[in-house]
Amino acid sequence: MNAPRPVSVPAPLGLLAELTHRCPLKCPYCSNPMELDRRSVELDTETWKRVFTEAAALGVLHTHLSGGEPTARRDIVELTRHCAEVGIYSNLITSGVGVSQDLLTRLVDAGLDHVQLSIQGADGAVNDHVAGYRGAYEKKREVGRWVVDAGLPLTLNAVIHRGNIHQVGDLVGLAVAMGAKRLEVAHTQYYGWAYANRAALMPAKPDVDRAIAIVEAARTRLEGTLVIDMVIPDYYAKYPKACSGGWGRRSINVAPSGKALPCHAAETIPHLEFWNVREHSLRDIWLFSPAFTAYRGTDWMPDLCRTCERAEIDWGGCRCQALALAGDAAATDPACHKSPLHHKIVALAEAEAVTATPPPYQYREMTARAREPVE
Amino acid sequence: MKADAATDEAVPRLPRGVKLRFDQVRNSWMLLAPERAFQIDEAAAGILKLCDGERTLATVIAETAAAYNEAPSVVDADIRAMLVDLANKRVLEL
Ligand SMILES: C[S@@+](CC[C@H](N)C(=O)[O-])C[C@H]1O[C@@H](n2cnc3c(N)ncnc32)[C@H](O)[C@@H]1O
Ligand code: SF4
Ligand code: SF4
Repeated sequence: MNAPRPVSVPAPLGLLAELTHRCPLKCPYCSNPMELDRRSVELDTETWKRVFTEAAALGVLHTHLSGGEPTARRDIVELTRHCAEVGIYSNLITSGVGVSQDLLTRLVDAGLDHVQLSIQGADGAVNDHVAGYRGAYEKKREVGRWVVDAGLPLTLNAVIHRGNIHQVGDLVGLAVAMGAKRLEVAHTQYYGWAYANRAALMPAKPDVDRAIAIVEAARTRLEGTLVIDMVIPDYYAKYPKACSGGWGRRSINVAPSGKALPCHAAETIPHLEFWNVREHSLRDIWLFSPAFTAYRGTDWMPDLCRTCERAEIDWGGCRCQALALAGDAAATDPACHKSPLHHKIVALAEAEAVTATPPPYQYREMTARAREPVE
Repeated sequence: MKADAATDEAVPRLPRGVKLRFDQVRNSWMLLAPERAFQIDEAAAGILKLCDGERTLATVIAETAAAYNEAPSVVDADIRAMLVDLANKRVLEL
């Protein structure tokens, strides 16, 4: 008798390590969950090291050290060195606030491969208003200089929304001036705090079209100097994005508390069962945990997607968005123009974007309950 | 980048932030760059290991040819084309 053929599951390529949710900034577009993990529930150094070792053995090539602010972890240098030791390419995703030149030097010496620095606006006024932190802009310019001086490739990441969409051209100029090799123009994905702030963040369609045209022109003009990657806003798109390259296909996200998620917003789907790296190996989580198998492949799909020629291109889009907008995590993502709900979300986006005065930001903060007692 | 950038005197090297690594899981060499990974074959990996920022392209070609017991002219065009291609992908400096 033949042994049952195991369902073929590709090896993951990326690990998003959310080392902490602590962060000095308060970006209202932050994709972190509203319910932030407290410091006391964070994984310890040894557990993170085991996770990186297991990730390397599982086939992970890149790890993104993120958060929150990853450099708020006292063991950030040790963890970076461990990634280099087990052979994983390391990318530090940072706001720059809290990074000293000494820390950066130690990270580079430990084997850090790449830095992705976020920027909230093209000048101090916009940047610091969005970040909810005075002086953040100048700090970012300084950190960018250190990275370039250390010889590391620098990527600038700008999350775009109503409050800074008029600056897209200036952000391109800023990336060139800072010596970045890559710029990510990432239109806001409406998860976590961004979802709560959607009415304040949603840009108007003509502004989106203008921003896209500016980026496309800049791409041609700056070929060989700057690579520009752009994420087009979902609510105005024709097709949805493949969430994380397909659910459970390319990447693993580990939250500060150790919960392993197929994407960083997956916890918004309440019926999913997530396994924690404290109790399970990364390999078991990847292959067998209920959350990773729930929407892997195409079996779970509604007919609309399963019979669609794009089923294995966008994998039916975002499950979290399907739940939030269609009330069913296994529905076609309403960002897809084939979804029966598509016209509703377009109308909603347009209605929000044309309000004369957007509502004030609800800044990202630890809730009183989640905040740590003073040490 | 045009093919004529690959002169004999050029000194090819992997830029900072690009790494050559053998991946046990996929049983293949990989060239890792920010947000990207390229699967490359054994022969290409052998050539890239010689691109150390010290050897000239002429030396890289001569040593590769010697390793395969071939005349340099046999591998010359392939190596230049491969390096120009990787340079255009911004994972090699020429
Ligand atoms: C959550 S942040 C954590 C790292 C660090 N605090 C920072 O902001 O760079 C990780 C990355 O996601 C980006 N980001 C945050 N919220 C986003 C959203 N709603 N949509 C798209 N990208 C977002 C940030 O700009 C950053 O590059
Ligand atoms: S997006 Fe802003 S608030 Fe969220 S973690 Fe990064 S810097 Fe902090
Ligand atoms: S119907 Fe489903 S698979 Fe087809 S494009 Fe829309 S979301 Fe993607």
